[in-house]
Amino acid sequence: MINALPERELFAPGHSACAGCGAPIVARIVLKIGGPETIVCNATGCMEVFTTPHPRTSWKVPWIHAAFENAAAVASGVDRALKKLGTRDRTNLVILGGDGGTFDIGFGALSGMLERGHKATYVCYDNEAYMNTGIQRSGATPKYANTTTTPAGRSVHGKTEFTKQLPFIVAAHGAYTATANVAFPQDLADKLKKSFAFNGPSYIQVFSPCPTGWRHPTDQSIEIAKLAFKTNVYPLYEIENGILKINRKPTQATPIEEYLMRQGRFKHLTKEEIADLQQHVNADWERLLKLEESGLRIF
Amino acid sequence: MSGKKASRAAATEKKGKVLEIGAVVTNPGSSFENKTGGWRAMRPVWNKEKCTQCMICWMFCPDMAIPQKDGKRGETNFDFCKGCGICKSECVFGAITMEKEKK
Ligand SMILES: Cc1ncc(C[n+]2csc(CCOP(=O)(O)OP(=O)(O)O)c2C)c(N)n1
Ligand code: SF4
Ligand code: SF4
Ligand code: SF4
Repeated sequence: MINALPERELFAPGHSACAGCGAPIVARIVLKIGGPETIVCNATGCMEVFTTPHPRTSWKVPWIHAAFENAAAVASGVDRALKKLGTRDRTNLVILGGDGGTFDIGFGALSGMLERGHKATYVCYDNEAYMNTGIQRSGATPKYANTTTTPAGRSVHGKTEFTKQLPFIVAAHGAYTATANVAFPQDLADKLKKSFAFNGPSYIQVFSPCPTGWRHPTDQSIEIAKLAFKTNVYPLYEIENGILKINRKPTQATPIEEYLMRQGRFKHLTKEEIADLQQHVNADWERLLKLEESGLRIF
Repeated sequence: MSGKKASRAAATEKKGKVLEIGAVVTNPGSSFENKTGGWRAMRPVWNKEKCTQCMICWMFCPDMAIPQKDGKRGETNFDFCKGCGICKSECVFGAITMEKEKK
């Protein structure tokens, strides 16, 4: 399966991501599928910082650094320009943003891009916090996670809110929407291909471990990403033409504790808090199963 | 040009670093010059006998330090390997072990 991905590398080594970071794996797969005729608009964040230490770059395709909040707006302009130039059909346009740049500060620009119907693929590498500035909570940070702005203290145990359900908000705009995970490269590749073929806006949200911010050993990034799937913490699904499909289901869900206890950001959790998260994950999973079973056009 | 700006421009020129307009970077893939192998504390050791050429390590290496050519895995590129150990943990055939880096 993995061998089916192209050998070509359009993403160069020598970048300065922390050892064991998931984000460069996302970039690599995006370029393997996008190929040389890809243009990347990159929001500020780890991906932008570690791939472009001036005057060098890891990108072998045209790449534009947008600000933190406007990557989707920049890509909207690129889409229009390509149309004018008559090269839109042979170019793959990708936006890369972290979860902070996507769920929070770039959310308005993303919504605008989706609503105007630009043909572009927004890929959010989701490391569940603002990592580049030192692990601050975002709308994607899970409940109870220890971050520098939601520290686990005696009275408050990390973040107090659940994750924003961004894929559903995006899907409500009529975009091709999918979740993915660095531990499942072929699934991500298939979704990228679908998005490039779609004549409209797409959004792919990729689970991407951050050993520095999640506080786990660097060799465990892929194992933890697999556990996020096996526990149903991060289900793999897509919403195409408004219809939800779960792409892969664990044969038997693993208890969430196995996922949580591998990471320092959850080390402080009590039995009750783990049970609270488990209940939430179960309810979300049940809802996905029901939506899929119904075959309803939800958006 | 203000005094401050002029002296900054002079300093930049002296260092031989003349910026492109808009700080455009014109050499694709040039991070290649950045040898990140120096970060490594642990070194992955590849046992070719046990290797089945499944390419799992190639796919998951975040630093493109495991090359693939014509479906075959090449020697680890220690210019870039940061020693994260992902290849060791993902190789289901036990063909990679980690050793302390000797420097
Ligand atoms: C308007 C603006 N505010 C704040 C910053 C500082 N800043 C740079 S990167 C970053 C965090 C990015 O977080 P995220 O989008 O989650 O990406 P990650 O670093 O986690 O990959 C922040 C706050 C900025 N560059 N611009
Ligand atoms: S802080 Fe996290 S996301 Fe950023 S480069 Fe390091 S491991 Fe990757
Ligand atoms: S993962 Fe192991 S068996 Fe597969 S190519 Fe790498 S070293 Fe060989
Ligand atoms: S230790 Fe990490 S950086 Fe080095 S070859 Fe293995 S996966 Fe790549």
